[in-house]
Amino acid sequence: MTGTTVWAVAGVILQLVVVLVGAPILVGLMRQVRARLEGRVGAGVGQPWRDLRKQLRKEPIAPEGSTVVFAAAPAIVLSSTLLIALAVPFVATTSPLDGIADLYAVVSLLLVGSIALALAGLDTGSAFGGMGSSRTVTVAALAEPTLLVAGFALSVRVGSSNLGSLVEFGQRAPSLFFSPATVLAAVALWIVVVAEAGRLPIDNPSTHLELTMIHEATILEYAGRDLAVVELASSIRLAILLGLWANLFVPWGVATTAAPGALALGAVVFAVKVAVLGVVLGASEVFMAKWRLFRVPELLAGSFLFGVLAVSSSFFLA
Amino acid sequence: MSTLGPGLLLLAAAAAVSVACAWLPSPRARAVTSGVLTSVVGVGGLLAGVAALLGSAASMTSTRLLPLSEAVLQVDPLSGLFMAVVGGVAAAAGVYSVGYPHPHAHGGGATNGPSHGVSSRTAQVALPLFAVAMILVPAAGNVTTFLILWELMAVLSLALVLTEHRERPEVGAAGVWYAAMTHAGLVAILIGLVVLADAAGTESFAGIREAASGLSPATSTLVFLLVFAGFGSKAGLVPLHVWLPRAHPEAPSYVSALMSAAMVNLGLYGVLRVGFDLLGGGPRWWWLLVLAVGAVSALYGVLQASVATDLKRLLAYSTTENLGLIFVGVGAAGIFAAAGDSTLAGLLMVAALLHTVNHAAFKTLLFLGAGAVLRSTGLRDLDKMGGLARRMPVTAVLVGIGALGASGLPPGNGFVSEWLLLQGLIHSLSGSATPDVMIAIAMPLAVGAVALTAGLGVATFVKAFGVGFLARSRSAEATAATEAPRTLRLGMSLAAAACAAIALAPLMLVRPLERALVTMPPVGGQSTVHGAVTLQLSGITGSMSPLLIALGLVGGAALVTVLVRALGAGQPRRTALVWGCGGTRLSPRMQYTATAYAEPLTRDFDHVLRPEHDINITHHQESRYLVENLRYRQRVPDRIEARLYPPLLELATWWANLARRMQNGSVHRYLAYGLVGLLVVLVAIAVTS
Repeated sequence: MTGTTVWAVAGVILQLVVVLVGAPILVGLMRQVRARLEGRVGAGVGQPWRDLRKQLRKEPIAPEGSTVVFAAAPAIVLSSTLLIALAVPFVATTSPLDGIADLYAVVSLLLVGSIALALAGLDTGSAFGGMGSSRTVTVAALAEPTLLVAGFALSVRVGSSNLGSLVEFGQRAPSLFFSPATVLAAVALWIVVVAEAGRLPIDNPSTHLELTMIHEATILEYAGRDLAVVELASSIRLAILLGLWANLFVPWGVATTAAPGALALGAVVFAVKVAVLGVVLGASEVFMAKWRLFRVPELLAGSFLFGVLAVSSSFFLA
Repeated sequence: MSTLGPGLLLLAAAAAVSVACAWLPSPRARAVTSGVLTSVVGVGGLLAGVAALLGSAASMTSTRLLPLSEAVLQVDPLSGLFMAVVGGVAAAAGVYSVGYPHPHAHGGGATNGPSHGVSSRTAQVALPLFAVAMILVPAAGNVTTFLILWELMAVLSLALVLTEHRERPEVGAAGVWYAAMTHAGLVAILIGLVVLADAAGTESFAGIREAASGLSPATSTLVFLLVFAGFGSKAGLVPLHVWLPRAHPEAPSYVSALMSAAMVNLGLYGVLRVGFDLLGGGPRWWWLLVLAVGAVSALYGVLQASVATDLKRLLAYSTTENLGLIFVGVGAAGIFAAAGDSTLAGLLMVAALLHTVNHAAFKTLLFLGAGAVLRSTGLRDLDKMGGLARRMPVTAVLVGIGALGASGLPPGNGFVSEWLLLQGLIHSLSGSATPDVMIAIAMPLAVGAVALTAGLGVATFVKAFGVGFLARSRSAEATAATEAPRTLRLGMSLAAAACAAIALAPLMLVRPLERALVTMPPVGGQSTVHGAVTLQLSGITGSMSPLLIALGLVGGAALVTVLVRALGAGQPRRTALVWGCGGTRLSPRMQYTATAYAEPLTRDFDHVLRPEHDINITHHQESRYLVENLRYRQRVPDRIEARLYPPLLELATWWANLARRMQNGSVHRYLAYGLVGLLVVLVAIAVTS
């Protein structure tokens, strides 16, 4: 029993290391794919890590009039994303933290991260910070119904919203798990993943036009190590969202036993899945322009409709 | 009769002392005695309620107190729960009210003498009496006692709402609306309960409970609908919620806290008592109606709150939202109780009751905090606040705890009850038996409604806390703010301690709540949640640990801070000017206001909210192409009030004008009316008996 527990803890640590180290590499990979498709040379896959190293050494700055909320928000965001990275079954479902790996708890923790940055945006006392903050909470509020209803659609078949159970059910009984309901839920959740991660067509992460920014405007005032922490948290957030989608809808490869071979295979498969999804997302962004902010609620309402259809079809097409 | 007799004597003594205190000469002494008495009454109610909840039920009958009927008091676990909640809120509000009267009151008119407004004798006597009435309402054991205590509570709350009527004209209008609606609700409850008592043959709740199975479905439906209308209006459910956003902003803040966090729960108590206990459950469509009304209230309430700029109006609409969520849980519990699934029914009812306690805790804290800000700055308008975190740090931290709980995010206390509610709803379709079409349609819509409510609730409280307390102040009054006095901070800390305790250790509350389920036989009384650090659901799969999440967040943040500081060569954070696009120095007035913050949501939901825009441009004398003055005004009215109520008021006015024709001023005609009326009643009695 102790042996299994030691390997289970090792699996959790392996997962954390993979996510922590791999998230900036994922962002670098996406940028490189975009660059190549646009005919540029690109900065290389390791550029985000080089940027982080540079920013850590620079001086952090706080705007006049800001409070401890501005200073503490980066740590809270990174902490919430790391907590999710520890708890969610990315590499193995045998985590000792399985008790808190509930889909709704994870969704709420993601929201805690967004809210910490939104409050920090308001705390800067600048118009851009307030604008980014307002847009962030609007998108988060409108994406919430889709997340919960799609989670409902997935948990109906399994009888539980625990993420480990969802992954294991998908592996064990694919014919039961894969149905029109799952496809609809996958589409709905993909739209929400793009919205929550702040990618095109909802938000352009590489824009320089402040009035079109959502996430970047919120963190405009951060510099130095604060900015490094925020950027790392954003890349981990992207990795977590892609990893969640991958493990819910392509669950094969996730280790169900805490054996060293299974864990290593699980880590490799996870990295490959997330890399593939990242490349697809990056490539699709080349062909897309950012949508007007006031069309985003229509998109999210459409994804909510997909979610409701997923639940209904999981019942009516039983 | 064990602990009830001494408890009642204590309450009666407190009431008598509070009336006697009206003769104290100094307003300060009156404020202290009034506040302390309210807190004592609150603590007493809390202890009595907890004792009843943990098993020691009691009852008492007296034939000498009321004419034509007997006064019966019956305390069982369900009434104990509500007494405890009301008592807790009263304890915090009482302490708070001691320090509330301000020697140089803000926003007052010319009549700010020492015995006006919150220092008036009426208000100070009414406060402990109001607390006593609210604590006794759940303890009523027959229809007459219940109605008398209910009306007493309504009248005292009206007196408290009208406390500051000399200072602002809106208080009078708010009082009229509140009085009209609470008495309309009373009429509905009165008719419903009288029909029930008549059909059952007895007016005591025990007798009605036994006779309930013999009632015809038409009678019990009529009773339920009337009672739901009356109690739903008190609970602030749409469309009978319009008194809430009018009355709560105009009352003094500790009265708002008492009304919003304690009194509205008694509406819930009434529905639970009549629906589940006295009528014994009822058919499924009753609870589908409750679920639908709850969902609509939650959505409408949170939508109005997310675009409100008046802080207390925002909190009032948030009360409608939370009561809507509670009734979603109650409705869903009723649906599953009618279907016989007691596991889910029990879980949903526990979620609803836990959310009641949570809401009482954070709403008290938020209203008391809003009162501290109002007292210190004279401001209720979020668009003028800002930067209060540096001037009122303790208040800011405490209000932050309340806002975290209200937004339903971990590690706040609202998250636990919302999680339980969601778990109950999502397990509704995954049984082995195929659920029927109604449930398959209602449950996803309910989950969607709860989810949208949760999302918009987060937006609301980020706006309220962020715009109100963070960054720099947007007006001179906010710059001149001072920290709240000690008793206000103490009152807020009591509520904050309750929020924190429930957030970290919700299981210690779930056990007593399960006892309250025993009084509602259709829902069942078995264990729903177990575990120590991790909440685990019984009978269905689901687990979550609020304590681990809180520890993980806080510990992780500390670890990240230390590590990053070490990695980053330990450079201190320098303060610099905020970026102003390379040339402009940003003034505090250029910050986002609450109206601006909510603008995307106002635009997205404008077909529901219908905001009114008013633009006044004064052109320059020389040319129409130059603007001298521009005035922009946005108002989001309550659309339900604007559409639904004017026709009803016109109808009432038409009826009143018709009745005026009977009044020609002749005393002889009036005496004749009286004689004819008496003869008709005597004939009717003779014929029917």
